[in-house]
Amino acid sequence: MSLLRIEDLRVTFQTGDGPVNAVNGVSLDINAGETLAIVGESGSGKSQTAFAVMGLLARNGAATGKALWEGEDLLSMPQKELNKIRSREISMIFQDPMTSLNPYMRISDQMTEVLMLHKGLTKSAAVKEAIGLLDAVKIPDAANRIGMYPHEFSGGMRQRIMIAMSLLCSPRLLIADEPTTALDVTVQAQIMELLGEVRKEFGTAVILITHDLGIVAGFCDRTLVMYGGQIMEEGTTENVFAKASHPYTLGLMKAVPRLDRAQDKLDTIAGEPPDMSRLPKGCPFSPRCDRKLDNCMAEKPALVNFADGRRRACHIDWKEFA
Amino acid sequence: MLSYIVRRLAIAIPTILILIVLSFILMFAAPGGPFNSERPLPPQVLANIQAKYGLDQPYWKQIVNYVWNVVAHFDFGPSFKYKDRSVNDIIAQGFPVTLTYGFWSFIVATVVGITLGVVAAIRHNTWLDYFAVGISIGAQSLPNFVMAPILVLVFTLYLGWLPGGGWNGGQIEYLVLPVIALSTSYFASIARIMRSSMLEVLNAGFIRTARAKGLPMSRVIIRHALKPALLPLLSYLGPAFVGMITGSVIIDVYFSTGGIGQFFVNSAFNRDYSVMMGITILVGVLTILFNLVVDLLYAWIDPKIRY
Repeated sequence: MSLLRIEDLRVTFQTGDGPVNAVNGVSLDINAGETLAIVGESGSGKSQTAFAVMGLLARNGAATGKALWEGEDLLSMPQKELNKIRSREISMIFQDPMTSLNPYMRISDQMTEVLMLHKGLTKSAAVKEAIGLLDAVKIPDAANRIGMYPHEFSGGMRQRIMIAMSLLCSPRLLIADEPTTALDVTVQAQIMELLGEVRKEFGTAVILITHDLGIVAGFCDRTLVMYGGQIMEEGTTENVFAKASHPYTLGLMKAVPRLDRAQDKLDTIAGEPPDMSRLPKGCPFSPRCDRKLDNCMAEKPALVNFADGRRRACHIDWKEFA
Repeated sequence: MLSYIVRRLAIAIPTILILIVLSFILMFAAPGGPFNSERPLPPQVLANIQAKYGLDQPYWKQIVNYVWNVVAHFDFGPSFKYKDRSVNDIIAQGFPVTLTYGFWSFIVATVVGITLGVVAAIRHNTWLDYFAVGISIGAQSLPNFVMAPILVLVFTLYLGWLPGGGWNGGQIEYLVLPVIALSTSYFASIARIMRSSMLEVLNAGFIRTARAKGLPMSRVIIRHALKPALLPLLSYLGPAFVGMITGSVIIDVYFSTGGIGQFFVNSAFNRDYSVMMGITILVGVLTILFNLVVDLLYAWIDPKIRY
């Protein structure tokens, strides 16, 4: 059985301008110890997919479908049960370490409350364990610095603290929502390296949500491409990168700046991300697709499984991409 | 921290002096005087009385004398209207009264206001929220000069539960109605400020982190959201506290509590210069003091603020 299986997940936000459909029927599996990348532009619904699983949607949002954690549906679970899974089984790190740590609490209090709640440790035992994890994520002088407040750390250090905090209960799944987006490039590399190390050390499965294809390549077993709240293509990272079979994936690949070729201008995908309250009837990418067929606008392509473990939703014959 | 407090208190001294001088100028600029009445006194009598209270001296000398008496003898002078009573007596008698009902009003307003605001924010856009907002708007639109007689009408005349006035050493049954009347509009403001700041804090990233940790909502609110949500409220609470403990003329008049609120307003009507000055200085000193307390509380809540 897969660790987490998401079935036909849909997320809708009620807004003043009517309902906004952020996620439209996402299904995916992740097995123990596996790493899955979810990539896509801003607003493609990748973060909302994760928030829905964790029960962290904004107040005006609602999720339907299923998110089965070892067979139990997280979406329909009472809050009390969900709280036993959050952080203990699935933990999450967020995009902006500047705002995701509580600026009014000492790091020690923010870390120990997790251990005291889930593991029933005493305060002093919890502090000891928290210091151990801060050491593990290479916070220098952790024993002394654990008493400090978030603003006394740099952005990269704060993300390290977030990672340490997310690992306190040795969760089996870590969801990292654009963990490096708010950081300097050099710090980004350090954080990704750190995530790779903890993944090996703790055997944690990881869902890495990002729009940075560069960090996916070296990190994830599988890659899932989202657009308009739907899955466009999914496969092993190698397959998706080397033999992309969807016009949107190809567009994303082309838009990555390359050092091995002379480029005056970066390639872009023409047009804008879709308005999620007025998605086209057919393929959500069809208005921007340069290879669209006659039926692309009218008929939504089904997500079809292929022999090489790949799934894709496109009307164009996959052989045309070979 | 200590040096900051000392510095702030040192700055308070010139502030109070400026307050005294400005108040004097305003008093002298206002027409009339303490001994003007509908039937004018004979000029010789008026001159004698003015000489007795030092009102015949040049303005600057009056101010200097006043400040000297206050600083050197802690003597705020005699009242010009209440014979045989000094300003010190009036404040010593009236201030404990307003301090008592003001303090309890502050406690009630803060507890009710914060609770209402937090509940409204947690249950945003539900009937509880609308209920809490409705109560605050109602409480705020009901001025205490309407509130006080309604309370007396209901609880004294109809139900006969509570005395409609008097003080009697501040016994609880004499305290209830003044405290309700005074705290009503304050708790309404506190609830509104608390609700909006709590709503903002609940959208913060660190609240999402706290929920992702699996903490129950009550702990998320109490441990993570309450402190930051109190920050915008603090700057309101300082002056509000001073406003409450220095009393209200409405309360003193309707409930005959004998607090300084009444003396303050009467002193302005009567041109009772010394009482007016005494209470002005009292309010000024308290305002400076509690603004300092607010600033220290900021530092206690927000670790980024260090003095």
